[in-house]
Amino acid sequence: MSVRVGKTAQAPSFPKAAKEAIQNDQLRRNVHHATDVIRAKRALRVKEMPDWEELRQAASDIKAHTLAHLDHYLMQFEQNCERAGGRVHWARDADEANAIAIALIREYSGDGRAEVIKVKTMTSDEIQMNDALERAGIQPYETDLADMIVQMGEDEPSHIVVPALHKNRFEIRALFEEKMGIATLGDQPGDLADAARLYLREKFLRVKIGVSGANFAIAETGAVCVVESEGNGRMCVTLPDVLITLIGIEKVVPTFQDLEVFLQLLPRSATGERMNPYNSFWTGVELKDGPKAFHVILLDNGRTTMLEDERERETLACIRCGACLNVCPVYRETGGHAYGSIYSGPIGAILSPQLQSLEHSRSLPFASSLCGACYEVCPVKIKIPETLIHLRGKIVREEQKKFGGLLSAENLAMKVMARIFLDRRRYESAQILARAGQLVFERRGQLTNLPGLAGEWTRFRDLRSIPKQSFRDWWKARLKSANVNETRDGA
Amino acid sequence: MTSLRIALFVACYNDTLFPETGIAVTRVLERLGHTVKFPLEQTCCGQMHYNTGYHAEAVPLVRRFVAMFRDAEVVCVPSASCVAMMREHYLLMAEREGDAAFVAEVRNLLPRIFEFSELLVHRLGVEEVGAFFPHRVTYHPSCHSLRMLHVGDAPIRLLRAVRGLELAELPDAEQCCGFGGTFAVKNADVSNAMLTEKNDAVSKTKAEVVVALDNSCLMQIYGGLHRRGSTIQTMHLAEILAATEDTV
Repeated sequence: MSVRVGKTAQAPSFPKAAKEAIQNDQLRRNVHHATDVIRAKRALRVKEMPDWEELRQAASDIKAHTLAHLDHYLMQFEQNCERAGGRVHWARDADEANAIAIALIREYSGDGRAEVIKVKTMTSDEIQMNDALERAGIQPYETDLADMIVQMGEDEPSHIVVPALHKNRFEIRALFEEKMGIATLGDQPGDLADAARLYLREKFLRVKIGVSGANFAIAETGAVCVVESEGNGRMCVTLPDVLITLIGIEKVVPTFQDLEVFLQLLPRSATGERMNPYNSFWTGVELKDGPKAFHVILLDNGRTTMLEDERERETLACIRCGACLNVCPVYRETGGHAYGSIYSGPIGAILSPQLQSLEHSRSLPFASSLCGACYEVCPVKIKIPETLIHLRGKIVREEQKKFGGLLSAENLAMKVMARIFLDRRRYESAQILARAGQLVFERRGQLTNLPGLAGEWTRFRDLRSIPKQSFRDWWKARLKSANVNETRDGA
Repeated sequence: MTSLRIALFVACYNDTLFPETGIAVTRVLERLGHTVKFPLEQTCCGQMHYNTGYHAEAVPLVRRFVAMFRDAEVVCVPSASCVAMMREHYLLMAEREGDAAFVAEVRNLLPRIFEFSELLVHRLGVEEVGAFFPHRVTYHPSCHSLRMLHVGDAPIRLLRAVRGLELAELPDAEQCCGFGGTFAVKNADVSNAMLTEKNDAVSKTKAEVVVALDNSCLMQIYGGLHRRGSTIQTMHLAEILAATEDTV
């Protein structure tokens, strides 16, 4: 089994990618604007819920229970889905899932030119399904508006819920004009929607095979659920003759009633809507209506290894609402592409390194100021800051075992400082040394050009030089004079 | 009100870089009639090591802290992030060590540890501490005080009670300043982008002073302000509360 997640293997480390992203003013303006809007809407819709905290707790409990018994619920789902006329396929990794999808598409469309319409499947981006399909001579069309924009622009999604968030409507108009061959297109949202509607309707009516993702899979009934705002998803899962649904194994919930909790939390957290305009559920096949064949591909791709550790397992509770991205001050400055994966923002920073150990993914747990805003909004209460620290610890321990890692400047500095802090005399000597050492760098009471890692501080910020008297010096002097006074008084 | 013996854990970076904060805490608590003790053996709470991933290195620092303050009546810490470290992680660390006595000591000590503004408002029940500070001030709610300690409006109530002080509201106050410990140097570009937004907001308030419960955030904010040639000052809440007609 080999875990692959999108194009992460080629991704640069976060600090490198972020540095580049920050220089893109247009991108930052787009991200600031979009996240400000969604964030305000979410806050409004959450505030009107008196039982929001209880809902969060219930969601967290349901997910914890399900993940602890995942094998049971997956098998129950398989049984019930097949009983209703669906077929369930198990894929250990990206290659297996793509091979299953390609074989199914070939089975139904023969050897010639084949096409599929796709919707709401971030998981298919995870396994780079579009590339695999194209290599196999199958043309995929993304039909979710934002995914369509990303596909047309040969771009990568930059947000979990709003994949084209990094683009403003003027950029989208230019893209549509070029790719749809429209001479002049208005730049109002309505103009863009009209153009997309014309383009997509033709695909919906013509293409006979659909590929979807799922927000939830229900073990009790074998049903699958997709929530969305556009209605394109509804068309994509009802119009084709064949429907293939790709589901990460963590998406299963035990009962239909559990959705009472999640369908309140998800839309409010994701888009600031009370309810999604379209909530589609389907169970197996119904010969009089909808697809005549229904296949589910259950994808592992690294997820079962995350089940082992309780802290790591919690990450699998994510319902992909993107709320943590919208409040994250780091994501706000860099956008999603800097995270090197389709899973960006705080959740990406904990998910990516658990799925794959790569240079880029190992830099992600450090890409956070640990401000805690993500945990505050997470509808399933994933303790993202706690997990970031846990993963930092894991990475540091691994680095310390490597020869080069052992001698790294940071590790050495940390070891020395830990030793200093263990002994008062060493600590006080270090204070004196630091005061003496800073003289070389001091200019008018400021340190502005420090060496080494501290130079990363002074690249952007000044630092007031270390005062001559520490607090403990002041305290000692005060004790001394108090003692003198006491002695004098006593005499 | 009964007089308490308050043990001060000043925090290593306050001790070394911001001695005026510890001095101010001492002055305020003594003015209120309490006795302040400063155990000279104290160094660091272990936060920097722990949050950066050096968990094994942080454990002995935690043991040291707990041993030093186990008998204290009340511990005052003028650093919200250090208190967050203690409340969020000490118990977990002790449990992971599998040392029942260590766990018991942590459990026993934690309820006696207070961040400075919490100690005043929540434990001692005071808001008016006899301070005079005739300046326009804006308050930055540091992430750890806001989202981990949930100090709420305690610092705001203390500031409102200061004679002469004019409180200016900080736009997008709850946005992180970008410090984040070693994040500030490991991801300096992002940290600076966050800081730039924070300092744009600070400048809009026309305040003379930015106040917070963490000198670490203030070091970041000051560093950016000074670099851009601003004359806005940064002060820990304790320093404002220590100010009187005699000091200004």
